[in-house]
Amino acid sequence: MTAKADKISVEGLSAYFGKTQVLRSVTAGMPAKSVTAIIGPSGCGKSTLLRCLNRMHELAPGARVEGSIHMDGHDIQGRDVDPVHLRRLVGMVFQRPNPFPTMSIFDNVSAGLRLNGIRGDHRTMVVQCLRQAALWDEVKDRLRAPAISLSGGQQQRLCIARALAVEPEVLLMDEPTSALDPIATAKVEDLIHELKSKYTIVIVTHNMQQAARVSDQTAFLYMGELVEVGPTEQIFTNPREARTEDYVTGKFG
Amino acid sequence: MEGPPPLLLPDSDNATAARPGDALVATPHRPRNLGDRLWAAGLVSLGGGLAVVAGVIVLALGRLTTPLVGRVHLLEFLKGQDWDPVAASFGALPFIYGTLVTSLLAIVVALPISVGLAIFMVEIAPKGLRPIVSFLIETLAAIPSVVYGLWGLFVLVPWLRQTVEPALARVLGFLPLFQGPPIGLGFLAAGLILAVMILPTIASVTIEVLKTVPISLREAALVLGATRWEAIRLAVLPHARAGIMGATLLGLGRALGETMAVTMVIGNTPEIHASLFATGYTLPSVIANEFAEATSGEHMAALAGLALVLFGLSVLLNAAARLLVKAVKAATGSFG
Amino acid sequence: MTQLARRHAVNAAMTLLTGLAVVVALIPLALLLWLVVSKGASGLSWSFFTNLPTPVGEPGGGIGNALLGTLYLVGLACLVGLPLGVGAGVFLAERGDGRFGSFIRFTAEVLSGVPSIVVGIVAYGLVVVPMKRFSALAGGVALGLLMVPTLARTTEELVRLVPGSLREASLALGIPQWKTSLRVVLRTALGGVITAVLLAVARAAGETAPLLFTALNNQYWNFAPDQPTASLTVQIYNYAISPYEDWHQKAWTAALVLLILVGALNLTARFLTRSGLTREQR
Repeated sequence: MTAKADKISVEGLSAYFGKTQVLRSVTAGMPAKSVTAIIGPSGCGKSTLLRCLNRMHELAPGARVEGSIHMDGHDIQGRDVDPVHLRRLVGMVFQRPNPFPTMSIFDNVSAGLRLNGIRGDHRTMVVQCLRQAALWDEVKDRLRAPAISLSGGQQQRLCIARALAVEPEVLLMDEPTSALDPIATAKVEDLIHELKSKYTIVIVTHNMQQAARVSDQTAFLYMGELVEVGPTEQIFTNPREARTEDYVTGKFG
Repeated sequence: MEGPPPLLLPDSDNATAARPGDALVATPHRPRNLGDRLWAAGLVSLGGGLAVVAGVIVLALGRLTTPLVGRVHLLEFLKGQDWDPVAASFGALPFIYGTLVTSLLAIVVALPISVGLAIFMVEIAPKGLRPIVSFLIETLAAIPSVVYGLWGLFVLVPWLRQTVEPALARVLGFLPLFQGPPIGLGFLAAGLILAVMILPTIASVTIEVLKTVPISLREAALVLGATRWEAIRLAVLPHARAGIMGATLLGLGRALGETMAVTMVIGNTPEIHASLFATGYTLPSVIANEFAEATSGEHMAALAGLALVLFGLSVLLNAAARLLVKAVKAATGSFG
Repeated sequence: MTQLARRHAVNAAMTLLTGLAVVVALIPLALLLWLVVSKGASGLSWSFFTNLPTPVGEPGGGIGNALLGTLYLVGLACLVGLPLGVGAGVFLAERGDGRFGSFIRFTAEVLSGVPSIVVGIVAYGLVVVPMKRFSALAGGVALGLLMVPTLARTTEELVRLVPGSLREASLALGIPQWKTSLRVVLRTALGGVITAVLLAVARAAGETAPLLFTALNNQYWNFAPDQPTASLTVQIYNYAISPYEDWHQKAWTAALVLLILVGALNLTARFLTRSGLTREQR
């Protein structure tokens, strides 16, 4: 079935905000260098699942996690794992683009380099990341311009470039195109397609067509429970579970 | 016969009977009757009264300074170092110097502490601690100046004289700032007391400014692999920089005008010295000490002139601070 | 130390430093309160509250006239400052959206930064000079003028908080503009306005500098507005800068009384805010 080994595997993952349980014993694997989409109606826990993968969830007040998450066989919640270091290996892009407003385009991308003390020719690295994010041509002559002078779609690609600069192994994307217009969305989707040859990508989306377009594997979450996970084509054309079929055919959500 | 009876008349002193449709025509802002017109007029005059107050302040100060107007040149007044009312010599420089030195010292001490406090409150402190700290900051702000002065005179000054100033002289005595006999009273005492008094001002504004930084910016830094402090440094502080500057200007404005606490610990000598251990005088202090017993019309006019300088400085600072805060608000709107 | 370890160390150090900033900021507060209470409490007595001050060395003596003087001055200040301050605030909220309103608002903001001693001099020029004497009225005017800018801005904010739907409902019932503003809007904002007034009164009660050459001081009871009046703050100041030890002691006790007065006003204001909010939520 799966030719690729799992980069990330989640076992019995339950997540809580205080007393409220948001994820119920989720077990799934995300293959390396491919795109896994997480779909489901609003409030089903998709973002929370994503934020567990880079241990951002635990920063919320009253947040708690049960179960295990492994990356390359290591338990990322183990005592020997530094969450700060983990977040460099597992990058994230948010729903609304959030470039650092007081910095230029160049400085935004190099921010992670400076932060982590990555030596080398920053200029070359920044250019490479901007190319990878398919933004280079549009900004090459205004690298010093403020990041907020870019359009929404460009800002989002800038955030992707910024995330790529620290050389992560995994890229988490939380509804990355929901705030963008269709043209910008298409550009980002093309980008995802190119990036997956180098990075493991996990994308949360409430847009099923997008999941069908970009992902290799899809996980359907409903009210915190993992209903079904499998190859994207199978989930959309021949799902095993009735609830999955109802969701992907638009009966609810 | 006319149509149905007219709608409820709002006022009996309205001579014209209301016709159906009148309620649609009259807008809330067009005064339809005497009551409304009086109310509007009253409000406008009260609002204008505020401007009148400002004008009255300037005029009253100006009038009090008239005895000096022909006699002393403005520049001489501001640059003169000699203050001798008996000899009718009025130089304002020692007071301007004292005001600036003590206020700057206050800012230098209070700013890092205030910003540190604000960062702790907004970014680090557990939720339960926050209302307690904020209550304590408000308490600091509510203590009257004369009580600070009392504490300064009987607690701070002896401590400076016996412990702090000798220690500073031993370690940093090569600097002219820390030379001379340590008497406790002087610029250092005044600056430190002012620092305590302007701390709540700077801290509370900085806390408000830090709170406006969106969480998404902090998260943007964290997901790049930043520690909590690095996220604050990278995402929060640059965003808050202009607001913190505004808070500082407000604090500076407060420091400039503080009278009683400073008067009680600064030593009240109209002289300019480089050392922080030296005694000095500030604009508000000399006015407080000498005005009630001014020896001549000219003396009083000179003091009023000092008050005018103080007024000008505080207006400029306050206006600059408000404009800065407005600019920050406008800028924040664009990335909201 | 690896680079990552160093960065964590810096993080820990900064956390410690900011926590230290809180402690450093609050030490003077704790010290001051502790000292005022411990040094001042011993002088508290019924006679301290009711007696007139006595010359140095004589036993007894109190702050009766000073305490009453403060209340008197603050009362006069309210007469001057409340109508102008609250009125200007209502103006800014109801009609303050144009150029004139912005100008007035800016004036209020700038005026709120004027040092209290400058306002004292203004009151001197306005009241003491024509009357040719120091007086309680002059002190009241000074304190009143000080209250105006802050009251105006706070009142404006509070009145603006009253939901527009309330105002519209009243107007729709045919109630004229002025009655709507007075009865409906102000009554709703009343709790907040009272809080603002209490806070302004607390600040006025703590002022010293403007009184030094307006109300001056008085060793006896005074109820006439055209005579100088004692006040707690000026009395504390005079006792503190005197060379006499027993007067220093009286200064601490008087300071304790002042802190209790100011503290009570502030706490009442805070209490009103909390209960006022719950009332509105219903």
